[in-house]
Amino acid sequence: MNAFLQNLIPLVIAMVGAMVWLGLNALVLVYCERKFAGHIQRRPGPFEVGPHGAIQPLIDGLKLMSKQLLTPDNADAILYWLAPILSMIPVLLLFMPIPYGPVLTGMEVNLGLLLILAFSSFNGLAVILAGWASNNKWGVLGAARAVSQTVAYEIPLLLTVLAISFMTGTLSLTEITSMQAGHIGNWFIWKQPLAFIIFIIAMFGETNRAPFDLAEAESELTAGFHTEYSSMGFGLFFMAEYGYMVVMCSVCSVLFLGGFHGPIPGIEGWWWMLVKTYALLFVMIWARWTFPRVRFDQLLNINWKWLLPLATFNLLATALIIKL
Amino acid sequence: MGKFKENVIQPILDCWSLIVGLKITGKYFCKPLITVHYPRQVIDDENLATYGGHIELIGKPKDPAMPKCISCMMCVTNCPSKCLKVVKQKAPKPTPEQEAAMAAAKEAGEKVVKPKAPKNPLKFTYDYTLCSLCGTCIDNCPVKSLKFSNNMYWVATSRKEMNIDLLARLKEQATELSVPAPKTEAKPAAAEKEA
Repeated sequence: MNAFLQNLIPLVIAMVGAMVWLGLNALVLVYCERKFAGHIQRRPGPFEVGPHGAIQPLIDGLKLMSKQLLTPDNADAILYWLAPILSMIPVLLLFMPIPYGPVLTGMEVNLGLLLILAFSSFNGLAVILAGWASNNKWGVLGAARAVSQTVAYEIPLLLTVLAISFMTGTLSLTEITSMQAGHIGNWFIWKQPLAFIIFIIAMFGETNRAPFDLAEAESELTAGFHTEYSSMGFGLFFMAEYGYMVVMCSVCSVLFLGGFHGPIPGIEGWWWMLVKTYALLFVMIWARWTFPRVRFDQLLNINWKWLLPLATFNLLATALIIKL
Repeated sequence: MGKFKENVIQPILDCWSLIVGLKITGKYFCKPLITVHYPRQVIDDENLATYGGHIELIGKPKDPAMPKCISCMMCVTNCPSKCLKVVKQKAPKPTPEQEAAMAAAKEAGEKVVKPKAPKNPLKFTYDYTLCSLCGTCIDNCPVKSLKFSNNMYWVATSRKEMNIDLLARLKEQATELSVPAPKTEAKPAAAEKEA
Protein backbone atom coordinates (compact mmCIF):
# COMPACT_ATOMS: atom_id res chain seq x y z
CA MET A 1 0.00 0.00 0.00
CA ASN A 2 2.78 2.34 0.96
CA ALA A 3 4.73 1.63 -2.20
CA PHE A 4 1.60 2.09 -4.26
CA LEU A 5 1.01 5.49 -2.69
CA GLN A 6 4.63 6.43 -3.21
CA ASN A 7 4.20 5.81 -6.91
CA LEU A 8 0.77 7.30 -7.17
CA ILE A 9 1.27 10.63 -5.43
CA PRO A 10 4.05 11.95 -7.71
CA LEU A 11 2.00 10.85 -10.69
CA VAL A 12 -1.06 12.73 -9.47
CA ILE A 13 1.07 15.80 -8.82
CA ALA A 14 2.61 15.50 -12.27
CA MET A 15 -0.85 15.12 -13.83
CA VAL A 16 -2.14 18.23 -12.11
CA GLY A 17 1.05 20.02 -13.10
CA ALA A 18 0.54 18.93 -16.70
CA MET A 19 -3.03 20.25 -16.66
CA VAL A 20 -1.88 23.61 -15.33
CA TRP A 21 0.98 23.69 -17.81
CA LEU A 22 -1.36 22.86 -20.66
CA GLY A 23 -3.90 25.50 -19.66
CA LEU A 24 -1.25 28.17 -19.19
CA ASN A 25 0.37 27.28 -22.48
CA ALA A 26 -2.92 27.47 -24.31
CA LEU A 27 -3.52 30.96 -22.90
CA VAL A 28 -0.03 32.22 -23.62
CA LEU A 29 0.16 30.66 -27.06
CA VAL A 30 -3.23 31.95 -28.17
CA TYR A 31 -2.16 35.42 -27.10
CA CYS A 32 1.24 35.09 -28.77
CA GLU A 33 -0.31 33.72 -31.92
CA ARG A 34 -2.79 36.57 -32.24
CA LYS A 35 -0.20 39.20 -31.40
CA PHE A 36 2.29 37.68 -33.81
CA ALA A 37 -0.33 37.51 -36.56
CA GLY A 38 -1.26 41.11 -35.88
CA HIS A 39 2.25 42.45 -35.97
CA ILE A 40 3.13 40.51 -39.11
CA GLN A 41 0.12 42.14 -40.75
CA ARG A 42 1.10 45.46 -39.14
CA ARG A 43 -1.93 45.76 -36.87
CA PRO A 44 -1.88 45.51 -33.08
CA GLY A 45 -3.84 42.27 -32.57
CA PRO A 46 -5.86 42.01 -29.34
CA PHE A 47 -5.47 45.30 -27.53
CA GLU A 48 -8.54 46.29 -25.56
CA VAL A 49 -8.88 43.73 -22.75
CA GLY A 50 -6.12 44.22 -20.22
CA PRO A 51 -2.80 45.89 -20.93
CA HIS A 52 -2.04 45.26 -24.60
CA GLY A 53 -4.90 42.74 -24.64
CA ALA A 54 -3.07 40.40 -22.28
CA ILE A 55 -6.15 38.86 -20.70
CA GLN A 56 -8.05 38.51 -23.96
CA PRO A 57 -7.46 34.72 -24.17
CA LEU A 58 -8.69 34.29 -20.60
CA ILE A 59 -11.85 36.23 -21.41
CA ASP A 60 -12.27 34.18 -24.58
CA GLY A 61 -11.97 31.02 -22.49
CA LEU A 62 -14.61 32.29 -20.08
CA LYS A 63 -16.85 33.14 -22.98
CA LEU A 64 -16.44 29.64 -24.41
CA MET A 65 -17.23 28.07 -21.05
CA SER A 66 -20.36 30.13 -20.57
CA LYS A 67 -21.83 29.13 -23.91
CA GLN A 68 -24.36 26.38 -24.47
CA LEU A 69 -23.29 22.88 -25.43
CA LEU A 70 -25.22 22.00 -28.55
CA THR A 71 -25.58 18.57 -30.10
CA PRO A 72 -26.65 18.69 -33.73
CA ASP A 73 -29.71 16.80 -34.95
CA ASN A 74 -29.05 13.19 -35.91
CA ALA A 75 -25.57 13.37 -34.45
CA ASP A 76 -24.28 10.34 -32.60
CA ALA A 77 -24.33 11.96 -29.18
CA ILE A 78 -22.02 9.51 -27.41
CA LEU A 79 -19.30 9.56 -30.05
CA TYR A 80 -19.85 13.26 -30.57
CA TRP A 81 -19.02 14.11 -26.96
CA LEU A 82 -16.43 11.38 -26.62
CA ALA A 83 -14.31 12.93 -29.37
CA PRO A 84 -13.16 16.16 -27.65
CA ILE A 85 -12.45 14.24 -24.45
CA LEU A 86 -10.49 11.67 -26.38
CA SER A 87 -8.57 14.45 -28.02
CA MET A 88 -7.73 16.17 -24.75
CA ILE A 89 -6.92 13.35 -22.31
CA PRO A 90 -3.93 11.82 -24.16
CA VAL A 91 -2.26 15.24 -24.26
CA LEU A 92 -1.99 15.21 -20.48
CA LEU A 93 -0.34 11.80 -20.64
CA LEU A 94 2.08 12.99 -23.30
CA PHE A 95 3.58 15.52 -20.90
CA MET A 96 4.49 12.79 -18.40
CA PRO A 97 7.69 11.33 -19.87
CA ILE A 98 9.13 14.63 -21.12
CA PRO A 99 12.08 15.71 -18.99
CA TYR A 100 11.55 19.42 -18.45
CA GLY A 101 14.39 19.62 -15.98
CA PRO A 102 16.83 17.45 -14.05
CA VAL A 103 14.10 16.68 -11.53
CA LEU A 104 11.15 18.07 -13.41
CA THR A 105 10.09 14.84 -15.10
CA GLY A 106 6.57 13.60 -14.56
CA MET A 107 7.28 9.92 -14.93
CA GLU A 108 10.62 8.24 -15.52
CA VAL A 109 9.85 5.59 -18.11
CA ASN A 110 12.39 3.94 -20.32
CA LEU A 111 9.90 3.80 -23.19
CA GLY A 112 9.00 7.49 -23.12
CA LEU A 113 9.36 8.05 -26.85
CA LEU A 114 7.20 5.07 -27.65
CA LEU A 115 4.57 6.29 -25.22
CA ILE A 116 4.48 9.69 -26.85
CA LEU A 117 4.29 8.30 -30.35
CA ALA A 118 1.59 5.81 -29.38
CA PHE A 119 -0.66 8.20 -27.53
CA SER A 120 -0.27 11.14 -29.88
CA SER A 121 -1.98 8.98 -32.54
CA PHE A 122 -5.11 9.16 -30.41
CA ASN A 123 -5.72 12.57 -31.88
CA GLY A 124 -6.39 11.02 -35.27
CA LEU A 125 -9.06 8.82 -33.73
CA ALA A 126 -10.61 11.74 -31.89
CA VAL A 127 -10.72 13.80 -35.05
CA ILE A 128 -12.35 11.09 -37.14
CA LEU A 129 -14.92 10.47 -34.40
CA ALA A 130 -15.68 14.18 -34.20
CA GLY A 131 -16.06 14.55 -37.93
CA TRP A 132 -18.14 11.41 -38.37
CA ALA A 133 -20.40 11.85 -35.35
CA SER A 134 -21.30 15.46 -36.03
CA ASN A 135 -23.38 14.49 -39.08
CA ASN A 136 -21.96 17.28 -41.18
CA LYS A 137 -20.32 17.00 -44.56
CA TRP A 138 -17.64 19.54 -43.69
CA GLY A 139 -16.91 17.53 -40.60
CA VAL A 140 -16.56 14.26 -42.50
CA LEU A 141 -14.38 15.84 -45.15
CA GLY A 142 -12.19 17.45 -42.52
CA ALA A 143 -11.92 14.22 -40.60
CA ALA A 144 -11.02 12.22 -43.71
CA ARG A 145 -8.33 14.72 -44.55
CA ALA A 146 -7.04 14.85 -40.99
CA VAL A 147 -6.72 11.10 -40.75
CA SER A 148 -4.97 10.57 -44.06
CA GLN A 149 -2.67 13.43 -43.16
CA THR A 150 -1.76 12.44 -39.61
CA VAL A 151 -1.33 8.78 -40.54
CA ALA A 152 0.93 9.76 -43.42
CA TYR A 153 3.04 12.22 -41.47
CA GLU A 154 3.45 9.87 -38.56
CA ILE A 155 5.67 7.60 -40.63
CA PRO A 156 8.54 10.03 -41.39
CA LEU A 157 8.21 11.34 -37.84
CA LEU A 158 8.66 7.82 -36.51
CA LEU A 159 11.59 7.13 -38.80
CA THR A 160 13.46 10.23 -37.70
CA VAL A 161 12.81 9.44 -34.06
CA LEU A 162 14.04 5.93 -34.74
CA ALA A 163 17.27 7.32 -36.15
CA ILE A 164 17.88 9.09 -32.86
CA SER A 165 17.14 6.01 -30.82
CA PHE A 166 19.43 3.96 -33.08
CA MET A 167 22.19 6.39 -32.19
CA THR A 168 21.47 6.43 -28.49
CA GLY A 169 20.25 2.89 -28.08
CA THR A 170 17.39 3.98 -25.85
CA LEU A 171 13.80 5.13 -26.02
CA SER A 172 13.97 7.01 -22.75
CA LEU A 173 13.81 10.75 -23.19
CA THR A 174 15.76 11.30 -19.98
CA GLU A 175 18.68 9.24 -21.25
CA ILE A 176 18.58 10.90 -24.65
CA THR A 177 18.81 14.25 -22.88
CA SER A 178 21.69 13.16 -20.70
CA MET A 179 23.65 12.04 -23.77
CA GLN A 180 23.55 15.62 -25.08
CA ALA A 181 24.99 17.09 -21.90
CA GLY A 182 28.03 19.33 -21.99
CA HIS A 183 28.07 21.93 -24.69
CA ILE A 184 26.18 22.87 -27.84
CA GLY A 185 28.36 20.59 -29.98
CA ASN A 186 26.86 17.53 -28.34
CA TRP A 187 23.36 18.30 -29.50
CA PHE A 188 21.97 15.77 -31.94
CA ILE A 189 20.98 18.46 -34.41
CA TRP A 190 24.60 18.44 -35.64
CA LYS A 191 24.66 14.68 -36.02
CA GLN A 192 21.20 14.41 -37.55
CA PRO A 193 20.48 17.66 -39.43
CA LEU A 194 18.32 15.94 -42.05
CA ALA A 195 16.31 14.21 -39.35
CA PHE A 196 15.79 17.56 -37.64
CA ILE A 197 14.39 19.15 -40.80
CA ILE A 198 12.15 16.17 -41.51
CA PHE A 199 10.97 16.19 -37.90
CA ILE A 200 10.08 19.89 -38.11
CA ILE A 201 8.11 19.42 -41.33
CA ALA A 202 6.35 16.30 -40.05
CA MET A 203 5.58 18.19 -36.85
CA PHE A 204 3.55 20.72 -38.85
CA GLY A 205 1.70 17.85 -40.51
CA GLU A 206 1.08 16.00 -37.27
CA THR A 207 -0.30 18.96 -35.40
CA ASN A 208 -2.54 20.09 -38.30
CA ARG A 209 -0.90 23.49 -38.36
CA ALA A 210 -0.71 25.82 -41.32
CA PRO A 211 0.58 25.40 -44.00
CA PHE A 212 -0.68 21.84 -43.46
CA ASP A 213 -3.97 22.70 -41.75
CA LEU A 214 -6.07 20.94 -44.36
CA ALA A 215 -8.27 19.39 -41.69
CA GLU A 216 -9.65 22.74 -40.63
CA ALA A 217 -9.09 24.79 -43.80
CA GLU A 218 -11.45 27.65 -42.93
CA SER A 219 -11.80 28.84 -46.49
CA GLU A 220 -12.98 25.45 -47.79
CA LEU A 221 -14.44 23.50 -44.88
CA THR A 222 -15.63 26.29 -42.56
CA ALA A 223 -13.84 24.65 -39.63
CA GLY A 224 -13.41 21.04 -40.73
CA PHE A 225 -13.94 18.39 -38.10
CA HIS A 226 -14.99 20.80 -35.33
CA THR A 227 -17.55 22.73 -37.39
CA GLU A 228 -20.46 21.62 -35.22
CA TYR A 229 -18.79 21.96 -31.85
CA SER A 230 -19.82 24.81 -29.61
CA SER A 231 -18.62 25.99 -26.24
CA MET A 232 -15.93 23.91 -24.53
CA GLY A 233 -16.38 21.06 -27.02
CA PHE A 234 -14.56 23.30 -29.41
CA GLY A 235 -12.46 24.64 -26.55
CA LEU A 236 -11.11 21.18 -25.79
CA PHE A 237 -10.09 20.58 -29.40
CA PHE A 238 -8.47 23.97 -29.39
CA MET A 239 -6.57 23.32 -26.19
CA ALA A 240 -5.58 19.87 -27.41
CA GLU A 241 -4.19 21.39 -30.61
CA TYR A 242 -1.99 23.74 -28.64
CA GLY A 243 -1.12 20.91 -26.27
CA TYR A 244 0.08 18.76 -29.18
CA MET A 245 2.10 21.68 -30.46
CA VAL A 246 3.82 22.07 -27.10
CA VAL A 247 4.43 18.32 -26.81
CA MET A 248 5.88 18.10 -30.31
CA CYS A 249 8.13 21.09 -29.77
CA SER A 250 9.25 19.74 -26.41
CA VAL A 251 10.06 16.36 -27.94
CA CYS A 252 11.90 18.10 -30.75
CA SER A 253 14.00 20.09 -28.33
CA VAL A 254 14.73 16.95 -26.30
CA LEU A 255 15.72 14.92 -29.34
CA PHE A 256 17.71 17.50 -31.25
CA LEU A 257 18.41 20.53 -29.11
CA GLY A 258 19.71 18.99 -25.92
CA GLY A 259 16.63 19.29 -23.74
CA PHE A 260 17.36 21.10 -20.51
CA HIS A 261 21.09 21.32 -21.19
CA GLY A 262 22.36 24.76 -22.05
CA PRO A 263 24.65 25.57 -24.96
CA ILE A 264 27.52 26.34 -22.60
CA PRO A 265 28.65 23.76 -20.02
CA GLY A 266 27.71 24.49 -16.44
CA ILE A 267 24.33 26.12 -16.80
CA GLU A 268 21.43 23.79 -17.09
CA GLY A 269 17.88 23.84 -15.89
CA TRP A 270 14.28 23.86 -16.88
CA TRP A 271 14.51 27.35 -18.38
CA TRP A 272 16.60 26.05 -21.27
CA MET A 273 13.87 23.60 -22.11
CA LEU A 274 11.36 26.43 -21.93
CA VAL A 275 13.44 28.69 -24.16
CA LYS A 276 13.96 25.97 -26.77
CA THR A 277 10.34 24.84 -26.78
CA TYR A 278 9.09 28.37 -27.16
CA ALA A 279 11.61 29.16 -29.86
CA LEU A 280 10.26 26.21 -31.85
CA LEU A 281 6.69 27.26 -31.12
CA PHE A 282 7.43 30.72 -32.43
CA VAL A 283 8.84 29.23 -35.59
CA MET A 284 5.55 27.32 -35.97
CA ILE A 285 3.51 30.47 -35.46
CA TRP A 286 5.76 32.44 -37.77
CA ALA A 287 5.40 29.81 -40.48
CA ARG A 288 1.63 29.81 -40.08
CA TRP A 289 1.40 33.49 -40.86
CA THR A 290 3.88 33.27 -43.72
CA PHE A 291 3.05 30.28 -45.88
CA PRO A 292 -0.20 29.72 -47.74
CA ARG A 293 -2.01 26.44 -47.24
CA VAL A 294 -0.87 23.66 -49.58
CA ARG A 295 -3.25 21.66 -51.73
CA PHE A 296 -4.12 18.19 -50.50
CA ASP A 297 -2.28 16.30 -53.24
CA GLN A 298 0.75 18.50 -52.65
CA LEU A 299 0.53 17.74 -48.96
CA LEU A 300 0.60 14.00 -49.52
CA ASN A 301 3.22 14.29 -52.27
CA ILE A 302 5.55 16.12 -49.90
CA ASN A 303 5.13 13.31 -47.45
CA TRP A 304 5.25 10.18 -49.62
CA LYS A 305 7.66 11.40 -52.30
CA TRP A 306 10.03 13.44 -50.18
CA LEU A 307 9.88 12.98 -46.44
CA LEU A 308 9.43 9.23 -46.42
CA PRO A 309 12.32 8.36 -48.78
CA LEU A 310 14.57 10.91 -47.11
CA ALA A 311 13.72 9.64 -43.65
CA THR A 312 14.30 6.05 -44.73
CA PHE A 313 17.61 6.99 -46.30
CA ASN A 314 18.57 8.86 -43.17
CA LEU A 315 17.70 5.88 -41.01
CA LEU A 316 19.67 3.46 -43.18
CA ALA A 317 22.65 5.78 -43.26
CA THR A 318 22.51 6.11 -39.49
CA ALA A 319 22.35 2.35 -39.08
CA LEU A 320 25.29 1.91 -41.44
CA ILE A 321 27.43 4.45 -39.63
CA ILE A 322 26.64 2.93 -36.26
CA LYS A 323 27.48 -0.56 -37.54
CA LEU A 324 30.79 0.67 -38.94
CA MET B 1 19.50 13.68 -66.27
CA GLY B 2 17.33 16.61 -67.24
CA LYS B 3 14.34 15.04 -65.55
CA PHE B 4 16.35 14.37 -62.43
CA LYS B 5 17.32 18.00 -62.27
CA GLU B 6 13.77 19.15 -62.86
CA ASN B 7 12.13 16.79 -60.38
CA VAL B 8 14.70 16.49 -57.63
CA ILE B 9 17.29 19.26 -57.64
CA GLN B 10 14.95 22.10 -58.50
CA PRO B 11 12.43 21.46 -55.68
CA ILE B 12 15.26 21.40 -53.16
CA LEU B 13 16.61 24.69 -54.48
CA ASP B 14 13.09 26.11 -54.44
CA CYS B 15 12.96 25.57 -50.70
CA TRP B 16 14.96 28.79 -50.45
CA SER B 17 11.72 30.62 -51.22
CA LEU B 18 10.42 29.45 -47.83
CA ILE B 19 13.27 31.33 -46.15
CA VAL B 20 12.54 34.37 -48.31
CA GLY B 21 8.92 34.29 -47.17
CA LEU B 22 9.93 34.04 -43.53
CA LYS B 23 12.31 36.94 -44.03
CA ILE B 24 9.55 39.10 -45.46
CA THR B 25 7.10 38.41 -42.65
CA GLY B 26 9.89 38.79 -40.13
CA LYS B 27 10.70 42.19 -41.56
CA TYR B 28 7.07 43.25 -41.41
CA PHE B 29 6.88 42.00 -37.84
CA CYS B 30 9.58 44.48 -36.83
CA LYS B 31 8.07 47.44 -38.67
CA PRO B 32 5.83 49.87 -36.80
CA LEU B 33 2.08 49.34 -36.91
CA ILE B 34 0.06 51.26 -39.45
CA THR B 35 -3.37 51.01 -37.87
CA VAL B 36 -4.96 53.66 -35.67
CA HIS B 37 -6.34 52.93 -32.22
CA TYR B 38 -9.51 54.83 -32.90
CA PRO B 39 -10.85 56.20 -29.63
CA ARG B 40 -7.39 57.14 -28.40
CA GLN B 41 -6.01 58.27 -31.74
CA VAL B 42 -7.61 59.90 -34.72
CA ILE B 43 -6.62 59.80 -38.37
CA ASP B 44 -4.18 62.51 -39.39
CA ASP B 45 -5.43 65.18 -41.78
CA GLU B 46 -3.43 63.85 -44.70
CA ASN B 47 -5.24 60.52 -44.64
CA LEU B 48 -8.55 62.10 -43.75
CA ALA B 49 -8.41 64.17 -46.94
CA THR B 50 -8.47 61.02 -49.07
CA TYR B 51 -11.38 59.48 -47.19
CA GLY B 52 -14.54 59.22 -49.26
CA GLY B 53 -17.54 59.55 -46.98
CA HIS B 54 -21.07 60.52 -47.88
CA ILE B 55 -21.49 63.21 -50.52
CA GLU B 56 -21.86 66.87 -49.68
CA LEU B 57 -22.35 70.17 -51.45
CA ILE B 58 -19.59 72.60 -52.29
CA GLY B 59 -20.24 76.25 -51.55
CA LYS B 60 -19.51 79.16 -53.81
CA PRO B 61 -16.05 80.55 -53.24
CA LYS B 62 -17.41 83.97 -52.29
CA ASP B 63 -20.44 82.76 -50.37
CA PRO B 64 -19.63 79.41 -48.73
CA ALA B 65 -23.15 78.98 -47.36
CA MET B 66 -24.61 79.03 -50.87
CA PRO B 67 -24.03 75.91 -53.00
CA LYS B 68 -22.67 76.12 -56.51
CA CYS B 69 -25.60 73.92 -57.49
CA ILE B 70 -27.81 75.12 -60.34
CA SER B 71 -30.62 72.59 -59.71
CA CYS B 72 -30.09 71.01 -63.10
CA MET B 73 -31.16 67.62 -61.68
CA MET B 74 -28.29 65.78 -63.39
CA CYS B 75 -27.34 64.14 -60.12
CA VAL B 76 -30.91 63.04 -59.42
CA THR B 77 -31.32 61.67 -62.95
CA ASN B 78 -28.06 59.74 -62.87
CA CYS B 79 -28.22 58.41 -59.35
CA PRO B 80 -28.57 54.60 -59.60
CA SER B 81 -29.73 54.32 -55.99
CA LYS B 82 -32.24 57.17 -56.16
CA CYS B 83 -30.97 58.61 -52.92
CA LEU B 84 -30.95 62.28 -53.88
CA LYS B 85 -33.90 64.65 -53.80
CA VAL B 86 -33.62 68.14 -55.21
CA VAL B 87 -36.44 70.67 -55.19
CA LYS B 88 -36.08 73.61 -57.50
CA GLN B 89 -36.95 77.08 -56.34
CA LYS B 90 -40.09 78.63 -57.78
CA ALA B 91 -39.98 82.01 -59.42
CA PRO B 92 -40.78 84.71 -56.92
CA LYS B 93 -44.05 86.55 -57.23
CA PRO B 94 -43.51 89.68 -59.27
CA THR B 95 -43.45 92.86 -57.24
CA PRO B 96 -45.98 95.63 -58.16
CA GLU B 97 -43.32 97.53 -60.10
CA GLN B 98 -42.34 94.44 -62.05
CA GLU B 99 -46.01 93.68 -62.71
CA ALA B 100 -46.46 97.18 -64.03
CA ALA B 101 -43.35 96.80 -66.20
CA MET B 102 -44.64 93.48 -67.50
CA ALA B 103 -48.01 94.94 -68.32
CA ALA B 104 -46.34 97.87 -70.07
CA ALA B 105 -44.18 95.51 -72.10
CA LYS B 106 -47.22 93.46 -73.05
CA GLU B 107 -49.08 96.53 -74.21
CA ALA B 108 -46.14 97.76 -76.20
CA GLY B 109 -45.88 94.33 -77.85
CA GLU B 110 -42.35 93.87 -76.53
CA LYS B 111 -40.98 90.71 -75.00
CA VAL B 112 -42.34 90.13 -71.53
CA VAL B 113 -39.53 89.76 -68.96
CA LYS B 114 -40.80 87.54 -66.19
CA PRO B 115 -38.78 87.36 -62.97
CA LYS B 116 -36.53 84.29 -63.17
CA ALA B 117 -36.39 81.58 -60.52
CA PRO B 118 -33.10 81.57 -58.61
CA LYS B 119 -30.85 78.73 -59.71
CA ASN B 120 -29.87 77.44 -56.31
CA PRO B 121 -32.02 74.58 -54.99
CA LEU B 122 -34.74 75.01 -52.41
CA LYS B 123 -34.14 71.59 -50.91
CA PHE B 124 -31.31 69.14 -51.35
CA THR B 125 -31.74 65.98 -49.28
CA TYR B 126 -29.66 62.86 -49.44
CA ASP B 127 -30.53 59.42 -48.06
CA TYR B 128 -27.26 57.84 -46.95
CA THR B 129 -28.95 54.51 -46.23
CA LEU B 130 -29.55 54.06 -49.96
CA CYS B 131 -26.35 55.59 -51.32
CA SER B 132 -23.82 53.20 -52.81
CA LEU B 133 -21.08 55.84 -52.90
CA CYS B 134 -20.58 55.26 -56.61
CA GLY B 135 -19.75 58.90 -57.26
CA THR B 136 -21.85 59.14 -60.40
CA CYS B 137 -23.53 62.32 -59.12
CA ILE B 138 -20.13 63.89 -58.53
CA ASP B 139 -18.92 62.98 -62.02
CA ASN B 140 -22.08 64.28 -63.66
CA CYS B 141 -22.39 67.57 -61.83
CA PRO B 142 -21.80 70.24 -64.50
CA VAL B 143 -20.79 72.89 -61.97
CA LYS B 144 -18.79 70.62 -59.66
CA SER B 145 -21.00 71.33 -56.72
CA LEU B 146 -20.72 67.84 -55.16
CA LYS B 147 -17.88 66.00 -53.48
CA PHE B 148 -17.24 63.15 -51.07
CA SER B 149 -17.04 64.47 -47.54
CA ASN B 150 -14.41 63.40 -45.05
CA ASN B 151 -17.00 63.06 -42.31
CA MET B 152 -15.30 60.00 -40.90
CA TYR B 153 -16.51 59.82 -37.32
CA TRP B 154 -20.16 60.38 -38.10
CA VAL B 155 -22.55 58.13 -36.22
CA ALA B 156 -26.30 57.94 -36.69
CA THR B 157 -28.65 56.04 -34.45
CA SER B 158 -31.69 55.99 -36.71
CA ARG B 159 -32.59 55.92 -40.38
CA LYS B 160 -34.05 59.36 -40.07
CA GLU B 161 -30.69 60.78 -39.08
CA MET B 162 -29.12 59.16 -42.11
CA ASN B 163 -31.35 61.27 -44.31
CA ILE B 164 -29.18 64.36 -44.48
CA ASP B 165 -30.25 67.85 -45.47
CA LEU B 166 -27.19 68.83 -47.46
CA LEU B 167 -28.12 72.53 -47.60
CA ALA B 168 -28.28 72.73 -43.83
CA ARG B 169 -24.99 70.89 -43.64
CA LEU B 170 -23.37 73.36 -46.00
CA LYS B 171 -24.63 76.25 -43.90
CA GLU B 172 -23.25 74.65 -40.77
CA GLN B 173 -19.89 74.12 -42.43
CA ALA B 174 -19.84 77.73 -43.59
CA THR B 175 -20.40 79.00 -40.05
CA GLU B 176 -17.77 76.60 -38.76
CA LEU B 177 -15.32 77.85 -41.35
CA SER B 178 -15.80 81.43 -40.24
CA VAL B 179 -14.97 80.36 -36.67
CA PRO B 180 -12.33 77.71 -37.32
CA ALA B 181 -10.82 77.49 -33.86
CA PRO B 182 -13.24 75.12 -32.06
CA LYS B 183 -13.42 72.67 -34.99
CA THR B 184 -9.91 71.31 -34.57
CA GLU B 185 -10.26 70.96 -30.84
CA ALA B 186 -13.75 69.57 -30.84
CA LYS B 187 -12.90 66.40 -32.77
CA PRO B 188 -10.38 64.77 -30.41
CA ALA B 189 -12.47 65.87 -27.45
CA ALA B 190 -15.54 64.18 -28.90
CA ALA B 191 -13.46 61.09 -29.60
CA GLU B 192 -12.27 60.93 -26.02
CA LYS B 193 -15.80 61.26 -24.75
CA GLU B 194 -16.81 58.21 -26.76
CA ALA B 195 -13.96 56.21 -25.32
